[in-house]
Amino acid sequence: MRTDISKINEQTPHQELTEGMMVFAGGTSKYFETGEWRTRTPILNHDLCRQCMVCSMVCPDSCIPLKDGERVEFDYKHCKGCGICAKACPFDAIDMKEGR
Amino acid sequence: MARKDRMSGNEAVAFAIRQINPDVMPAFPITPSTEIPQMVSTYIANGEIDTEFIPVESEHSAMSAAIGSEAAGARTLTATSSAGLAYMWEELLLAASNRMPIALALVNRTLSGPININCDHSDGMGARDTGWIQIYAENNQEVYDNFIQAYPIAEDPEVHLPIMICQDGFITSHAVENIELLEDEEVKEFVGEYEPEEFLLNPGKPIAVGPYSVTNYAMEAKKNQADALKHSQEIVLKVAEEFEKISGRKYGLFEEYRTEDADYIMLIMGSAAGTAKQAVDDLRAQGKKVGVIKLRLFRPFPAEELAEALKNAKAAAIMDRAESYNGNGGPLGSEVTAGLYRKKIMIETVNYIYGLGGRDFTVQEVYDIFGELEDFIENGNAPEQFKYIGLRK
Amino acid sequence: MSSYNVKEMMSKKDRLAPGHRMCAGCGATIGVRAVLRALHEEDHAVIANATGCLEVSSFMYPYTAWEDSYIHNAFENAGATLSGVETAYKVLKKRGKLPENENFKFIAFGGDGGTYDIGFQSLSGAMERGHDLVYVCYDNGAYMNTGIQRSSATPMYADTTTTPAGKCSDGKMQNRKDLASIIADHDVAYVGQSTFTLNFNDLHKKAEKAIYTEGASFLNLMTPCPRGWRYPTEDIMEICRLAVETCYWPLFEVEHGKWRLTYEPKKKLPIEDFLRPQGRFKHLFKPGNEHLIEEFQAEVDRRWEDLLYKCNR
Repeated sequence: MRTDISKINEQTPHQELTEGMMVFAGGTSKYFETGEWRTRTPILNHDLCRQCMVCSMVCPDSCIPLKDGERVEFDYKHCKGCGICAKACPFDAIDMKEGR
Repeated sequence: MARKDRMSGNEAVAFAIRQINPDVMPAFPITPSTEIPQMVSTYIANGEIDTEFIPVESEHSAMSAAIGSEAAGARTLTATSSAGLAYMWEELLLAASNRMPIALALVNRTLSGPININCDHSDGMGARDTGWIQIYAENNQEVYDNFIQAYPIAEDPEVHLPIMICQDGFITSHAVENIELLEDEEVKEFVGEYEPEEFLLNPGKPIAVGPYSVTNYAMEAKKNQADALKHSQEIVLKVAEEFEKISGRKYGLFEEYRTEDADYIMLIMGSAAGTAKQAVDDLRAQGKKVGVIKLRLFRPFPAEELAEALKNAKAAAIMDRAESYNGNGGPLGSEVTAGLYRKKIMIETVNYIYGLGGRDFTVQEVYDIFGELEDFIENGNAPEQFKYIGLRK
Repeated sequence: MSSYNVKEMMSKKDRLAPGHRMCAGCGATIGVRAVLRALHEEDHAVIANATGCLEVSSFMYPYTAWEDSYIHNAFENAGATLSGVETAYKVLKKRGKLPENENFKFIAFGGDGGTYDIGFQSLSGAMERGHDLVYVCYDNGAYMNTGIQRSSATPMYADTTTTPAGKCSDGKMQNRKDLASIIADHDVAYVGQSTFTLNFNDLHKKAEKAIYTEGASFLNLMTPCPRGWRYPTEDIMEICRLAVETCYWPLFEVEHGKWRLTYEPKKKLPIEDFLRPQGRFKHLFKPGNEHLIEEFQAEVDRRWEDLLYKCNR
């Protein structure tokens, strides 16, 4: 039986947890928003971006998604604000601003 | 149609494995279980089965690979003894907590030290709280029959727990005795195909095994596992009933031998039950009201049922083939008395330690033990608790 | 092997989902994403993971970051665990219990603790038996999950919590174990050592070879840990560049016993350039400690010469 993780939380009675604590699904961490950890926020300057994808490659958090071959907006629900993308961008197209 | 043959316990288990033709067997040799992976390897080499054998570099890796294989959806087993089981310890816990129905042929041998290759139950007892189902056998016939029943118990959707099929090292594993074997087809049909619902290798249906669980989940996880283990007792009986239909051989949680009107009962596990039964026959012939309970299912522990079975006796000798180093007796001694107390059955008990490191256990010693129980009840001479049998003084 | 097109590569569905709890700026997940990108889209994978930062952060019940099937067993046995999975695949395919047209690949991830040290036996066994799998070590040079204790992968003189630099100590006393060479000596199908370069071409090619070369493969990836190495999170790519350009972390591969350098710096930079930005080496730059840096340099040079010899013989 596939796991619906929306039905599992720290108040769930024991009988309703999954057998052997296995999760019968993939990629469920998307439902946990690590963006709350952020103290600095990357901002993309669209005019400078040359779509080289370096930012997306260096992101530890899979937070720079692509759509139709182009990078789109940061996934701010999950971005932890490490700043690697901003520093790695060969075109200085990403700025880090303080706060969320 | 039953086939009569002569086999050792190890041969009987290997033969059962041949008939089941499981998917994967990772194993590392250790005396006295070594013959099992050797024989399975020979069956594979001769094309009699097409199980994949993984010649792992240790017992820890044997159980690690078994967990991987079982999680991947393959029917998996291994065999070991003594230090091998001890080296698996961490993985035994994970096999159970991950709810993997792995079968393990345990050929009981003492734990070091001093290093010694002979039988006692300290390996199995050391793993008694790892969450595995443990079934013990008196002889080659029982270990064969138990192994055939292993997967139907472990893989039952209401169980999904690993199972240890235990036999006494050398005494059972190497002694050749008569045996009645089932036909290959009967075994195949009885054990059936393993068709897990969820497994790692299900394309498009990924699963994740072995999470980090924070405190708010870990206690609930353990409760679920404990419930499944407790429930497996019913499944053990259900499978035994089915097994009787094809074999004519009856199995339960334990065997009661001449206990109906017995004043004195010896509770024992493994091959020494045969010795105890012989002594009981001799004493019965002299008019003594004595009997034997041979425990088959050690985990989950049938505490209530055992207490019920003992309640009409005047005294019981509880026989442990393992030293527990707790100053309070052996594992069986502790658990049986706890069960009696909980049911408020206040019969006298004496906990004996016997057969460590392969020490002989004789019919004469059984006579003496029953004599002590009688003297205790009739004359009030309480014997020493946790008494070593056959110890040089 | 397919040609490397960044846009194409990055257009693949990410196989590591966001929402895992690794620290901001963690090198391990950058490495994991790069390795998983080398999987062909039509292929499935089973990922095994040794206990460590990656495991406790990427599968915290009920949140798995893995889009593929995943198994964490224990600390020291990712190699053996994945051996079991791979063998199950072989036998279930053989017995017709899995669809013929669906293919699985097997990748284990372990930190240097789970790989160089406690998991070494299990790894060695899996490599020697030649299972068709890839073991990837994300090497951040210390036991980071338990709080930066030294491992056999920790470089000499690093300040860790079990080799603290102090009045009577210069940090770790021993040189790091050269695990890539040790695994190459197991005579496995493929060994690659890599880290992050700007277009990830080196890592990608090695990951693809490791995954798609039949037999046992091993990848050793240097994945810096900003917390343990003590540098600002955003500097990771520069740290990696310096590791390569100083020849501290050479990029090479061993294919069926044949050693090959995959990148040779035009001008080898002095080791100070790699050490200076990292807080764990701060004590080496105190006056009077110049000889420690010289010793470090001598060891880097010795290993580099040894590698050149292996690649040119």
